[in-house]
Parts: sequence; C-alpha cells; structure tokens
Amino acid sequence: MRIVIGEGSCGIAAGAGKVHTALTEALRGTDASIGIAGCIGMCFLEPVVDIYDGKTLLKRLVKVSADDAGAIAKAVKNNDLSAVSYLEISEEDSVFLKKQTRIALRRCGLIDPESIDSYLEDGGYNALKKVLSGMSPEDVIEEIKTSGLAGRGGAGFPTWFKWNAARKSEGEEKYLICNADEGDPGAFMDRAVIESDPHALIEGMLIAAYAIGASKAFVYVRAEYPLAIIRLQKAINEATERGLLGDSILGTDFTCRLKIKAGAGAFVCGEETALIESLEGKRGMPRLKPPFPAEKGYENKPSNINNVETFANVSWIIENGGEAFSAMGTENSKGTKVFALTGKIKRGGLVEIPMGLTLREVIYDIGGGIRDNKEFKAVQLGGPSGGCIPKELLDTVIDYKALSATGAIMGSGGMVVMDEGTCMVNMARFFLDFTTKESCGKCVHCRIGTKRMFESLTRITEGNGKEGDIELLTELCEGIRSGALCGLGQTAPNPVLTTIKYFRNEYEAHIKEKKCPAGECAALRQFVIDPEKCKGCTLCSKKCPVGAISGSVKEAHIIDTSKCIKCGQCKEVCRFGAVEIR
Amino acid sequence: MCENCCNSDLTLMADVFSDMQKNGDNLITVLQKAQDIYGYLPTDVLYEIAAKTGNSPAKVMGVATFYTQFRLKKVGKYLILLCKGTACHVNGADSIEKAICEELGISDGDTTDDGLFSLKTVACLGCCSLSPVMMINEETYGSLTPSKTVEILREIKGREAK
Ligand SMILES: Cc1cc2nc3c(=O)[nH]c(=O)nc-3n(C[C@H](O)[C@H](O)[C@H](O)COP(=O)(O)O)c2cc1C
Ligand code: FES
Repeated sequence: MRIVIGEGSCGIAAGAGKVHTALTEALRGTDASIGIAGCIGMCFLEPVVDIYDGKTLLKRLVKVSADDAGAIAKAVKNNDLSAVSYLEISEEDSVFLKKQTRIALRRCGLIDPESIDSYLEDGGYNALKKVLSGMSPEDVIEEIKTSGLAGRGGAGFPTWFKWNAARKSEGEEKYLICNADEGDPGAFMDRAVIESDPHALIEGMLIAAYAIGASKAFVYVRAEYPLAIIRLQKAINEATERGLLGDSILGTDFTCRLKIKAGAGAFVCGEETALIESLEGKRGMPRLKPPFPAEKGYENKPSNINNVETFANVSWIIENGGEAFSAMGTENSKGTKVFALTGKIKRGGLVEIPMGLTLREVIYDIGGGIRDNKEFKAVQLGGPSGGCIPKELLDTVIDYKALSATGAIMGSGGMVVMDEGTCMVNMARFFLDFTTKESCGKCVHCRIGTKRMFESLTRITEGNGKEGDIELLTELCEGIRSGALCGLGQTAPNPVLTTIKYFRNEYEAHIKEKKCPAGECAALRQFVIDPEKCKGCTLCSKKCPVGAISGSVKEAHIIDTSKCIKCGQCKEVCRFGAVEIR
Repeated sequence: MCENCCNSDLTLMADVFSDMQKNGDNLITVLQKAQDIYGYLPTDVLYEIAAKTGNSPAKVMGVATFYTQFRLKKVGKYLILLCKGTACHVNGADSIEKAICEELGISDGDTTDDGLFSLKTVACLGCCSLSPVMMINEETYGSLTPSKTVEILREIKGREAK
C-alpha cells in the first residue's frame, strides 16, 4: 500500500508534517511506502491522508492527527482498512470534490509535486512534445484562440490576443513572465497550483514561450510563499536535467530558460507594468499604458505576462483541443475557473467549476452553505478590486460579463463568504485600509483619494458619520475611478460602491441611528446580558477588566454601559450565550 | 548616523556582491540576501549596497521602504506575523490583534522591550481556510481565538523564562 499525505502550505499548517513523521515511525518495518502530494483543495478537512493500492484510491482519511498514526499503521499492517473507517471522508463532504470539474487543478493533490516522474507518469509534458513535434507557433495561438481561454489574473483578456501581439511585436529578444504575485488577500489558487503541480506551470509557460518566440522566462512569486518557491525551483532543476527546459529542448532548436524572482511584498506589483518595474529591481510603480508590455515590457523588450492559472490550463488545451475547452462555459466565458472559497462557509477550500454555474451552486451545493446555521449576507469576489454581491443576486452566473454587471468582478478567484455578523461598512473600510496602504503613491487620485475614503469610512464606523457622507463617498469613487493611473486605483472604489449599492441601509443606520446592524463596529455596539439566560455564574464579572459588571452569585448580572469599554471578553467567557450585542 | 548606528560586519556581504557581478542580480535580490544575513537592513549595509551597486543611497532606501518584506529595525526573537487578509478579517482577526497587543504591550510593527516578540500584520498567509491565522517564526497557528492566542504567547514566554 501507498500512503500519501497532502502537504501543501495549509495542510502543513494544519499539522500534516507531524502526521508524516508519526506515520513514518509507525509504519517502519512494513512494506507500505509513504509519499507526499500537494493540496487537494479540501482545506476544511486537512490534514488529508490517502491510502492507495497502486493507482487505486482505497480510502481517503481526513482531519488526521499524529495520534491516529498508530491506528492507521495497524490497519495497513492487517490489511483491514475498515478499522480506520472512523477517519474516512463522509459522503456529504465528498460532494465537495464530486461537483467540481478540474482542469487547472487536475493533478493537484494527486501527484507528488517534488517528483518529475510523478508528473511524467501522468502524461506530463505530452503537450509540449506535441507542440514541438509538429505545431507552428501560429498553430498554438490558433488552438488557444479556439479554446476561448481568457486571462485568469482578473481582467479576463483573451490569451491568444496577447500572445499574438507579443509574437508580432518587433524585436529579437522577447520575454515571457508569469504573474504569481497573488495579491488578493484571501485567495490562494495560484499558490496551490505551484505547490501541488509545478510542472503544469512550467509546461504551460514553455508552450507560451514557443508561441511568442521568447527564450527567457520569469516567474514572479510572492514573497509570502516560500514553499511554492522551493517546489518550483526543484521542478525547474529536474526539468532542466531531463532536457525539458533550457537549451535545445527535446532535441529541437527551441531554447527557453526559466528563472524565479521572489517578490518583496507589494500588492501593486501584481499589476503587470509594476511587476515589470519590480523585476528590474526598482520600486514597483506602474507605467503609463500604452506602450503595452507586448511592445515594451521587461528591459523595454516585448514581453507577455500571464497568470499562473492561465498557464495551468494551456497543456490541457493542447492535448484535448481548444474545442473541448470551449465546450464548457457560457457564451462569453469559456472553460473553468478556480475559486478560493473562504470566510463563513462550511466547506472552504479550492473549487474549480465550469463557467456558467451560479454563485448559489458554488456556495451551497459545493461549499455546503453558511457555518453555524447563520444567514448568508454577501459574497466578496475579486478582493480589493472587486465587490460584494448580496443574497438577492445569488443566482448570478459565473461569467465575466454577468459578474461585472453586478458591480463586482470575476477577479483572480477570491470568494469570501460573509454572514449576518459581518458589517458591510466595516468591510468597505477594511478594503480601503488595504488599498490606502498599498497605493504606490505615484498618482494623486489614488494616493489621496483612497485615504480620504478610508477616513470617511472610519468616521462612519466610529459613529461620527454625517448626513451627506454617502454622497461624498460616491463622488470620491467616481473621481478616483476615472483619474487613477493604474488598475489599483481605478478599481479601489468597487468595494465601496457595491456596498453602498446593496447595503445602503447599513450605511444609513451607522450615520443616522449610530447603530451597527451587524454588531461588529466596536464603537457602536452595546453589550447587554439577557436575564433569562444568565445563570449568575460570575465568570463575566470576574473577567471584566473595568469592573462594569455587577450581580450576585446565581442572579442575573448587569453591565453598566457607562463603564463598559466594549472589549467583548464577557461575551467570550459566557458559557450560556447570555451576553448579547445590540 | 541613526538609531541603528550599527557596526555591521560588512565582509559578510562579499559573496552577495560577487554573485551580483556574476548573475546580474538586481537591487531587490541584493537587499533580500542582505536581510537574510543580518535579519534586517542596517543603515551602514544600505550605504554599502548603494556604493557597490552604483545607486544613490536615496534610491536604495526608496526600494527598501517600498516593499513590506524589508525591515529597517531589528526584530525580536519571535516574529509574529498576524494575518489581516479578507478571510481572517471576516473571521475576527481584529480581536486577535487586540489580544496580542494587550498581552505584549506593543502595537503593529513594534518589538517588546525584552527583545522577545515583534508583531507585524500581513495580508494573507495563504491558509485562509484556517482563519484567523498567525505565524510565529516558522510555525503556523490557525483557528485562533483571543484566549487561545494569549495561551500560545504565554507558553512561549514561559519557555523563555526558564
Ligand atoms: C492592482 C492590481 C493587482 C493585480 N494583481 C494580480 C495578481 O496578483 N495576479 C495576477 O495574475 N494578476 C494580477 N493583476 C492583473 C495583471 O495586471 C495582469 O492583467 C495579469 O497578470 C495578466 O495575466 P492574465 O491575462 O493571464 O490574466 C493585477 C492587476 C492590478 C491592477
Ligand atoms: S486571509 Fe488570512 S490566511 Fe488568507
């Protein structure tokens, strides 16, 4: 038997490394082998351990801890896996994967990301062989055009068009760049692909480099992703040793070198021209477009930039044909899209679905709905550049046009679900806090505009909102949207505009009634004890740092609101749910 | 010269500079390597880098202050990276930050007087499903609550007191 432990960053954070050590110890002396895989995307069940017989999956164990190692080893030795059935994934949770269609993630969690043989055995590099043994660069571009593949980094620009522009651009030396900066806080699709299937990225990039005529390529990886960098470097080394990367690839005259550049932490560097500046070692300040990177990119040479997920689809398209890809999806959005489903969701993780499914299907059928039996309130797509979509629009289909029509965007794949306890004004404030800090400062609209918006939103959440604040915010939004130099500023108003559009009543409650309906804004909440529920255990009054809670043993306690500093500690210690926020 | 007026051992940079000559490393790469060596970017090292890369000190400082990865001050023995990304925000990262700040008596970007802890908030550690999340040195802690967070910190303090 073969035991495979899911060791992506999140698996490791959940304790997969400890499980690995414990299993290695427990299985010593048996003929079972232990291996690793990347992230299967079921983050809510980490650590995940798969038991295989050859290629057949016998059992998938979930939420495994190091303490389970003994039981697993015993079951393996006795050849009786029913003994560990208590760890097996439930029918209900299996739905999470069954309802997905995986292309970009097709090998994630199934192969060993640290072994090129594992990739080759699964048909890896066949697409590259097909390309180099008979397709012209134009054929490749044509196939991608047929597929309808659009950029997965956010803007959704047709990939073939960019490749074609870079191919046609004048110049001997051209560059191919992969954008793995993944700046949207709350998204981790690209990290998962690199950590789990790095060769898929390399293969996709090689095909692209061949198509545009580039012999030098870079992957710009976010600094916060150390494991991704290690695995990608290993993959590059192995591919180079096997003649799949570097000089005269597969014995042809196609040459391409690939280098990793670690980012240094700046959201704006996800913007393609800022990324190029950063690659050159400078401050990551966006350039004015045009000229587009296809004409003047890295070192002023023609360059093409694509996102990780975009590249991860390429080898599948070459192998299966563009038509197979375009058969999935909607009129104007083809293929599949990966989302990082997080927030107040029951089953959070990586979800890849064909375009055209509705948000409801993703959140309820795959994600299992909201945690702790709470009410769904909104879903945030596209991070700081995107928007919040309310309950009424849950039947919106996932498609570039349909999502843009709501005021949000498809984005790179962040999908954060919020329940009734999330304050939408504070959510807008959160994103503006982010964009204010991340604004590079080059243009005034973005540098000062985001700051002014942040200040207004802060005022409102602190109970100092004024009549006219909503109008002021809307005006600022329009100004920034039309005046900012790059996408960061142009899209920064989206979180504010969508929350005003769909949750205006919450803004008004903050401003006029000085109330936070969600009970999240500290300055506006009042803590009260429900006398029916309070058992008089005195825990809260002992915990209260300012002595605001009074009452005798076994009698209902009372909070003196004039003393209360709203720290919430009483609510946290109460075992009877008697402390309420109003 | 400055509060970090340090007498850094500049000879440690020799390999970095020779690599730079060989591979054409850019300024960011040189700064990253320097930070790996010293744990932060001391001012005298920044001047040295300026001289060796042919840039003005202002330009080097400009790059060093642009990116959040670079630190101009020494950090504590335990560097707490607290995630304040969207998923962590929705799941209560603010209350975790408050708990850390109260327990250690520092705010974001500071180091405790005993040099044990530094706190830095970051946007997304990529473990969103375990939110709220923090990382202390190499170890990741997920599904935090304020009291769990305080417990973790006290345990480290206890270990260090021995
Ligand atoms: C502020 C800002 C941040 C961005 N961040 C990212 C990112 O993290 N990853 C990414 O792939 N694209 C990001 N983009 C989009 C890129 O500029 C570019 O459109 C994309 O990498 C092109 O690749 P694609 O055509 O494959 O999507 C960002 C754009 C802006 C304006
Ligand atoms: S938002 Fe905190 S880990 Fe992603």
